[in-house]
Amino acid sequence: MMRAELLLPEMLLAGGALVVLLGGSFTPRHRQWILRGVAAAVCVTVIITATVALSTPANTAFDGSYAVDTVTGVARILAATGCLLVLALAGDELAGAARESDAYALLLFATAGAVLLAGATDLLALVVGFLLASIPLYALIGLAGTGAGAEAVLKTYLLGALFGILLLFGVTLLSGITGTTAYAELAARLPDAPRSVVTAAAVAVIGGLMFKAGGFPAHFWVPDAAQGGMAMAATFLTTVPKIGALIAIHRLAGVLPGTSNWPTVVVVLAVASMLLGNLAAYWQTDVRRLLGWSTVSQVGYLLVPVVATGRSDLAQPSLLVYLAGYTVTNIAAFAVAAALPRHRDRMSWRGVAATAPWLTTALVVALLGLVGTPPTAVFVGKLTTASAAWDGGYAWLAVVVFINSALSLFYYLRWLVLLYQPWAVAPPDRPGRWSATVAVVAAVLSLVVGVAAGLVWRAAGG
Amino acid sequence: MLTVIVFLPLLVAVLLAVVPRCSDTAARWVWVGAATIELALIGVVWAGYETPPPGQLAFAERAAWIPGVGSSYHLGVDGLSLPLMAMTAVVFLACAVYALRERHRPRVQASLFLFLQSVCLGVFAAADLILFFVFFDLSIVGMYAVIAGWGHGDRARSALKFFLYTFLGSLALLTGFIGLYAAADPHTFDMPTLTAENPFAGRPLAGGVVLAAILIGLAVKTPTVPFHTWLPPAHTDAPAVGSAVLAGVLLKLGTYGFVRIAAPMLPQAWRGWAWVIVAVGVVSVLYGALVALAQTNLKRMIAYTSINHMGYVVLAVGAAGLVSVDTVEPRAVAVTGAVTQMVSHGLITSALFLLAGVLYERAGSYDLHAYGGLATPAPIFAAFFAVGAFASLGLPAFSGFIAEFQVFAGSIATAPVTAVALLGILVTAALFLRAGQALLTGPTVGCAKGFGDLRPTELWSVGPLLALSLLIGVLPRPLLDLIEPAARTVVDLLGR
Repeated sequence: MMRAELLLPEMLLAGGALVVLLGGSFTPRHRQWILRGVAAAVCVTVIITATVALSTPANTAFDGSYAVDTVTGVARILAATGCLLVLALAGDELAGAARESDAYALLLFATAGAVLLAGATDLLALVVGFLLASIPLYALIGLAGTGAGAEAVLKTYLLGALFGILLLFGVTLLSGITGTTAYAELAARLPDAPRSVVTAAAVAVIGGLMFKAGGFPAHFWVPDAAQGGMAMAATFLTTVPKIGALIAIHRLAGVLPGTSNWPTVVVVLAVASMLLGNLAAYWQTDVRRLLGWSTVSQVGYLLVPVVATGRSDLAQPSLLVYLAGYTVTNIAAFAVAAALPRHRDRMSWRGVAATAPWLTTALVVALLGLVGTPPTAVFVGKLTTASAAWDGGYAWLAVVVFINSALSLFYYLRWLVLLYQPWAVAPPDRPGRWSATVAVVAAVLSLVVGVAAGLVWRAAGG
Repeated sequence: MLTVIVFLPLLVAVLLAVVPRCSDTAARWVWVGAATIELALIGVVWAGYETPPPGQLAFAERAAWIPGVGSSYHLGVDGLSLPLMAMTAVVFLACAVYALRERHRPRVQASLFLFLQSVCLGVFAAADLILFFVFFDLSIVGMYAVIAGWGHGDRARSALKFFLYTFLGSLALLTGFIGLYAAADPHTFDMPTLTAENPFAGRPLAGGVVLAAILIGLAVKTPTVPFHTWLPPAHTDAPAVGSAVLAGVLLKLGTYGFVRIAAPMLPQAWRGWAWVIVAVGVVSVLYGALVALAQTNLKRMIAYTSINHMGYVVLAVGAAGLVSVDTVEPRAVAVTGAVTQMVSHGLITSALFLLAGVLYERAGSYDLHAYGGLATPAPIFAAFFAVGAFASLGLPAFSGFIAEFQVFAGSIATAPVTAVALLGILVTAALFLRAGQALLTGPTVGCAKGFGDLRPTELWSVGPLLALSLLIGVLPRPLLDLIEPAARTVVDLLGR
């Protein structure tokens, strides 16, 4: 059955993107902010409809190729919230820019892609979601129009093509040995399939999705894009696509048979992402690049509950809670960086605490939150994901998570401390109004989600 | 009631931080007022306290928080936590009074210390591991800001070292908590439930590993040798009130964890590790005392005596794990001594650190040899310092004597070899007498010339702390009546 009405939020996103794209062609440049309002309205509508849909029982659409359940519902809300915050943040950077409405349309398209990725329960739908989430990103990064931006977009494009092929290869293998692409049937047929082939296919599919997640081994584009792209693009591409990709990996992990060693694959990717992201962040002086590397390490933490998929009841809710916390906290951190676009070097942040106390507080909450300091949302995420890993028989992985959290503390603090020191030459710039507001709002959200974790947990199906 | 006690300072802190038109003077007095109300509220709780049956808590409050992972908002007090909460309120009030003369951003300072008071009281009142951890971790953030924002010397580096070290410890602690959670059936973070359930019964190996994680976390915070290296620089570069809170209250968060979490929830593993814990305690006692003896910087010296004093606590709780049939009484005495020592050390060391702060404020130096003959220009200061020093070295009639006497009476009766730690008292006595001699006696020279005596704020902050220590030393019964049943429960739980 089609049951297209189930996909109202997805259709809203895609339709809204088209409206913004076409509307942009007929709107004078100084009135393009109207389209920002339209895009924001679309996001708000998506959040509302998705919240309403959460209370309806789980369902599938398009002959079982797309799941409309709690996981998809949470993914819709998170992706739309992320997109909404990025739209607000873009006010400083994009207002009056040449490609303003195009950027909004691209954001909506990419959000739709991320949601499709999260809801796909068919390998082909997964590929469609992957492409829909990827292609707008290339354009978004390229909007910067700078040399660094061009380099970043080329790198992203090449890696995207490479890992897209890897994903397709894995999909081909899986459908080749089972004769189906639907997850429901894959789950039934895969246990009888040759173990080595299934493992190889799992490596290929999960590896391909790691491009969207921005984790090892497909992470090379993340720091470049975070540094070279516009601030709003950096914020978006380190947040929203991850939601789709990690949920997609989680769904896939639920299908793969336990005999195929897929947990080992995910464990390796998780540990490598954490370690690499944290160690690389140590040497960064550009704050956006630093945050870019930090998101790589966050993907490592986010993969931890995936490992426990099928082994612990905590796996799914803890993944969703962590994703919720990560979305708001990461956006808060990037929004602070976006509020002072000329302050790219870490050292130039001296004195910001004196001139912009609210922005500084937001950064304190965001960075300590990313480390996992209570009572922020990421703390609850780290706590529950580590509990899930321990519960699922991977106690040592929980230890690795905490060791890595301790590692990450240093480079976050090194940046934070500078804000409280007196400035050297000139006082820091005035922070951008939109970005600063988004930073504070997102930081408050991160605290609220942490304190109200019980409610979020229930919404996430725990 | 407990919710009010824990969150009232936080509320005032937020108000102080966001209300824009609040003058510095008003902020200082608001802080004193809030701290006084806190002390009064805890006095009310103390007055209404009746020893709860073993395994239960008085004034318990419980609400759902994250039911999905078995964590609830659960507060309660018993004979272990109530004395420490009272001590916390006293120390913070003393700091508030002392800081009435603070000139460097007093509004933010008041706000920060109220926040710290909230989280410290929260740790003691928490009856849920996650709640405990939330407050425990936030205390690190707060203290980091105090050292980095109001310290002196190489404060940024000291603060960073403090943060990294104790944060690493707290993560080890969290790992242990998750281990307890995963072992319990059904999974829960609730402290009374975990204590009753003894989740690692019959699994000594797994229990030992989890206990090791928790012990490392608590040992960093306490700190014991060999995890103590963050403490001396943090104290040296912290402001006086920061040092007082750090030594007086924050160190207790670690030792409190021993008697509240580690020993009762993992009794079998604790007994297995008891000799290691005793050894760490003895080494901390001796090492802390000997290194303190070698210091010429007064603040570093007091910092190292803290390691020495916390060593007594660790020794006592370790000895409590050396279970045999005929030693129930002495082991209960040792645990009572440990809790008394926490209270006593909180009062005395806070007073000493505030006095050290007076030295630094007047003359900008902690060097013992830069002063001499302070008794002539500053007789009250000299008297207070002498009283503090005698109290700290365990002279009878002060709380330190009651505490250390019980620690040794209990420990030596359980394991005679622990008598070697008595040497620590001897060394401490020597170093305090030597410090007093260098500072106070002889002709007035160097920085001591023109040294102003204690001002009212200093008098009324340090004085009550020392008076309380004296009061406990002379009339220990009310305090011991509170602690003894709880200590007995801990020993019973350890015997399972």
